[in-house]
Amino acid sequence: MIEPFVRHTGAVAALPRADVDTDQIIPKQFLKRVERTGFGPALFSDWRFRPDGSLNPEFELNQPEAEGATILLTGANFGCGSSREHAVWALREYGFRAILAPSFADIFYANCCQNGVLAVRLRPEEIAEVLRRHAAAGGDYRLSIDLETQRVDDGRGFAAAFPIEAYRKEMLLHGLDEIGRTLLEEERIAAFERGTRNVERGTEGRISVPRSDFRVPRLGEGS
Amino acid sequence: MTPRTLFEKVWDAHVVHRFPEGPALLYVDLHLVHEVTSPQAFAGLRQAGRRVRRPELTVATVDHNVPTGDRALPIEDAVAARQLDALAENARDFGVELFDLQSPNQGIVHVIGPELGLTQPGMVIVCGDSHTSTHGAFGALALGIGTSEVEHVLATQCLVWSKPRTMEARVTGAPLPGVTAKDLILALIGRIGTAGATGHVIEYTGDAIRALSMEQRMTVCNMSIEAGARAGMIGPDDTTFAYLAGRPRAPTGAAWTHAVEAWQELRTDPGAAYDSRVTLDAAGVAPQVTWGTSPGMVTDITGSVPDPADFPSEDERRAAARALEYMGLAPGTSLAGLPIDRVFLGSCTNARIEDLRAAARVVRGRRVAAGVRALVVPGSQQVRAQAEREGLDRVFREAGFEWRNAGCSMCLGMNADILKSGERCASTSNRNFEGRQGRGGRTHLMSPPMAAAAAVAGRLVDVREWAWEREGELAAS
Repeated sequence: MIEPFVRHTGAVAALPRADVDTDQIIPKQFLKRVERTGFGPALFSDWRFRPDGSLNPEFELNQPEAEGATILLTGANFGCGSSREHAVWALREYGFRAILAPSFADIFYANCCQNGVLAVRLRPEEIAEVLRRHAAAGGDYRLSIDLETQRVDDGRGFAAAFPIEAYRKEMLLHGLDEIGRTLLEEERIAAFERGTRNVERGTEGRISVPRSDFRVPRLGEGS
Repeated sequence: MTPRTLFEKVWDAHVVHRFPEGPALLYVDLHLVHEVTSPQAFAGLRQAGRRVRRPELTVATVDHNVPTGDRALPIEDAVAARQLDALAENARDFGVELFDLQSPNQGIVHVIGPELGLTQPGMVIVCGDSHTSTHGAFGALALGIGTSEVEHVLATQCLVWSKPRTMEARVTGAPLPGVTAKDLILALIGRIGTAGATGHVIEYTGDAIRALSMEQRMTVCNMSIEAGARAGMIGPDDTTFAYLAGRPRAPTGAAWTHAVEAWQELRTDPGAAYDSRVTLDAAGVAPQVTWGTSPGMVTDITGSVPDPADFPSEDERRAAARALEYMGLAPGTSLAGLPIDRVFLGSCTNARIEDLRAAARVVRGRRVAAGVRALVVPGSQQVRAQAEREGLDRVFREAGFEWRNAGCSMCLGMNADILKSGERCASTSNRNFEGRQGRGGRTHLMSPPMAAAAAVAGRLVDVREWAWEREGELAAS
């Protein structure tokens, strides 16, 4: 069961860098686990910790004011690179419920929705303004995010609207199991599997390769 | 009928349902599975009491964390071994075919799919790996997905996806000698940026693309994700059909004739509109080398490390300064001549037989420079066997390269093949992110001939001059 996201108020941590890739969010040496849990302690591991294992005092999330933050404020193209969902599991387990950035990589964005983490796209100038306010407040800065009204508000004069596709919004608001939802379309899926078998070329814009007849033949077999 | 792009044709043919709230339910023809991003998905199925809907459309292999040394030895890394065991158990329990470490067909998932003829034009192909875009070289719509989506596809054989926008990347003209498909895609990423195609599917068009072999097309499509695109596609043509004919899983007989007829329709109609376009003149592209920690931080081998102060935005200035610090480079340093410690010939981008041949041509009769450790990791056991039939393994071994078994290896360093902190590597892989090849490791992405030349020279060199020097030498002898 995914934890629904309706509205959330929390402390903000800023990581003002563009192109943060999923190799940084969760380095590969931590990808060998077969569970969905246990990734939080490894979040940003190569940045949070020095090679000797001690905390890197210069890293943004290691600043005292970032402790307990549940909202991550960051730069454009966040989550680029590898498709590893472990990145979202690590962020969630560390404590983040929402990430604010001017843009996200496509796969990462989809992975967030699957795990009840809200990826909020604001305009670059809005992100810049929130960063400015976060810095001016000495890092003691909170935001409220309301998914129903699709608004972000700091209660001190900054407010902005953000876009989200209706489907993703529903999923997040209700913590829906996407597989369960898709299986409600079982008849359509089965009909598709039956229907493609005899599709004539050109009809309904389909190509004529008999998709459902396609089998991955075992080696040594003809098809 | 409205003219449609290649992408739209494949998309339309796979829409099972359009959700009123936006996305489509898309049917998946081929689901490739590997050990790192699948265990949690299978666990999810077990927990919910669900089965794999179409195990016969699902194929698994092991590649990400496998050792590339002696396959007869037990796996030293107990955690990695557990992940491999988990995949074997899941494949068995759910009826999924698995090419395991002992299989002659084992290899990087994006190398074996095409090699076995599993990858075919017009398919929707998914895998829990961002470089699934590789398969788009065949005119398939192929994309990387997260583990929750892997579970979704296993359970439903469908993917929920909001229709992406389209981008045409038209590459024209003929590349100069010494310039490869890798240079074309790196140059393109350098131009549009690592988020330049976010939200898009790229279709590569133009005579320079048409002139590429299938393996070169795979190199191009492979790195679509490095430009932000979840998928890249190339319309199938005679090159595609010739590559597929006779592959173990390709159709045969009447089915083949029928399939080729259908595949020929998979081209963008004249007048079909893309949401955006970009063009590249292949004749103007020099061999490319990355200087920073993102594939977009790339320039000509004849160029030098840029000055962060010269970038237009504050974000870029900060990113460039950070990258130079990590890479241990000063602005203005010439890339040619930069000393290297390691060379990695491998990855789903550049570890196919043509890549190994191109590298071997540079290496033949020469030695890896003193102090340089160089590694060849074939993309699959089939590629390895083919290379051995051609004697390429001897060329590499005699030059001082290590000759390994197939896997992702040092592309992402999940196994023992990693850089030490501070080591500089000439690599044919796809990502130069901080720590990607080992914490503190410094990666320079380039083509196989460029990496091979770097191994011999012990520094980054312009392979075009290298070839010239060599001819001169041969003439003199």
